[in-house]
Amino acid sequence: MSVLLAIDWPMIVEKLVLITVIISASLIIAMYSTYAERKVAAVIQDRIGPNRAGPFGLLQPLADGLKLFMKEEIIPNSSNKFLFILGPCLAMLTAMMTSAIIPWGSKIELFGRNIQLQIADINIGVLYIFGVVSMGVYGIMIGGWASNNKFSLLAAIRGASQIISYELAMGLSLIALLMLTGSLSLKTIVQHQMDPGHRWNVFFQPLGFLIFLVCAFAECNRTPFDLPEAENELNFGYHQEYSSMKLGFYLFAEYINMFISSAIMATLFFGGYDMPFINEAGLNTNLAAIIGVVALLGKIAFFIFFFMWVRWTIPRFRYDQLMNLGWKVMIPLALINMLVTGAVILWLDK
Amino acid sequence: MQALTNRVKVLERKPMTFLERIYLWNIMKGMFITFKHIFKRKPTISYPEEKRPFSPVFRGLQILNRDEEGRERCTACGLCAVACPSEAITMEAAERQPGEEHLYREEKYAAKYEINMLRCIFCGLCEEACPKDAVYLSETFAPPNFQRESFIYDKNDLLIPDPKTEPDEYIRALGNRAKKAN
Repeated sequence: MSVLLAIDWPMIVEKLVLITVIISASLIIAMYSTYAERKVAAVIQDRIGPNRAGPFGLLQPLADGLKLFMKEEIIPNSSNKFLFILGPCLAMLTAMMTSAIIPWGSKIELFGRNIQLQIADINIGVLYIFGVVSMGVYGIMIGGWASNNKFSLLAAIRGASQIISYELAMGLSLIALLMLTGSLSLKTIVQHQMDPGHRWNVFFQPLGFLIFLVCAFAECNRTPFDLPEAENELNFGYHQEYSSMKLGFYLFAEYINMFISSAIMATLFFGGYDMPFINEAGLNTNLAAIIGVVALLGKIAFFIFFFMWVRWTIPRFRYDQLMNLGWKVMIPLALINMLVTGAVILWLDK
Repeated sequence: MQALTNRVKVLERKPMTFLERIYLWNIMKGMFITFKHIFKRKPTISYPEEKRPFSPVFRGLQILNRDEEGRERCTACGLCAVACPSEAITMEAAERQPGEEHLYREEKYAAKYEINMLRCIFCGLCEEACPKDAVYLSETFAPPNFQRESFIYDKNDLLIPDPKTEPDEYIRALGNRAKKAN
């Protein structure tokens, strides 16, 4: 009995509510990202885009989801059934898991409790991100392998090598950032950017941000790095054999990845939930939290738009160009950035 | 070599400059172009709500005209069927009986008048051939259908609404082409 009493039950309830809210929010945002993607593509190409389902076509994602659910489930005879189903599950799982450590806002006071708007503030936050993101490659790899299809396998190999190559540069570009803040916890990184006298990290690390941005595109398999699903050469690549909601999961995972990586970019380089030109310290806690969440969502929305904007502007890289860019440009640049940052920090400290 | 047209563009195969090799500058230029397109006027016409206006010489579905008193003008002379290059028009004539003067304008009328809209090429020669101003091409087009038979339009489909009982529908069906002809 005393063991049960010792557990902080309100804390568990609070975290469960937070998890539910964040997961459903990211699902809804991913849903409407598909709508936004079609709208952005349309306006960039001088079209109107979906406008039939509901006002301004706002019910289009629901209609798309319904369509995917109604489709026939096809599992190819020659595929490995277990892995075939595991693939999309893993893709979805790893996409959602990263959301656990992103600080969505400072804290709110409710029922006399201070509730942190972050599922888990772990002190190795950045490492956790890298761990989960590199697990994301298994979704693609397993899906492509289990399909037992040449195109899928090629796509899976491409995807795996691409993600592994760009992860290196991504990690190196973050080391410079970590030298600045001296912490791996995302909460601390955001606090550091919010402190008076400090600026958003992007002003100190423009090159680092650029490398991180490019690598984020590659990690999310977004154009210009969408080689794993290259529609016109690999026939949609690793999810070619998938149908119905399993295909939906893959497509959905891509949008959730986009949302999460936008959140991470906003958190690491653009001050997270820091609203510019407002001093949150002087405000009511709850009000400050709401302003923070809105600020973070605004930054995320901009990055998601940016992802789409780039997609409808740039054609796909050739595979050798992709590898050249990753190994011969991004990694040396990230190394130089790291060295220069370290040197400057040492020089200024003296 | 002398250029054959003035549209020739000489390709320069120079090695890429530094600015071009780092991609970023050109990508930014491209993104600026796509950004400008967001604010461009969209040429799309949302079809059922707004319709593209027809040109004044547009030739659509045939219509069988009535006179001011609502009597059919057609006398089944067959000139339209003769003029038709795709042989889309068939008709059968009948004689007007006493007491039918309010229905038909002349002593002879078309008991059956059919146009096969799948054969019709909407050339308007029937309209030109008609001496009684009875057939002309309106400003509508044939709605889609699943059966071939439903594209053979008979008198029910072709006759214009009666100007006396349904004046509004009559005016609408008359369109701009008939007014000009009158």
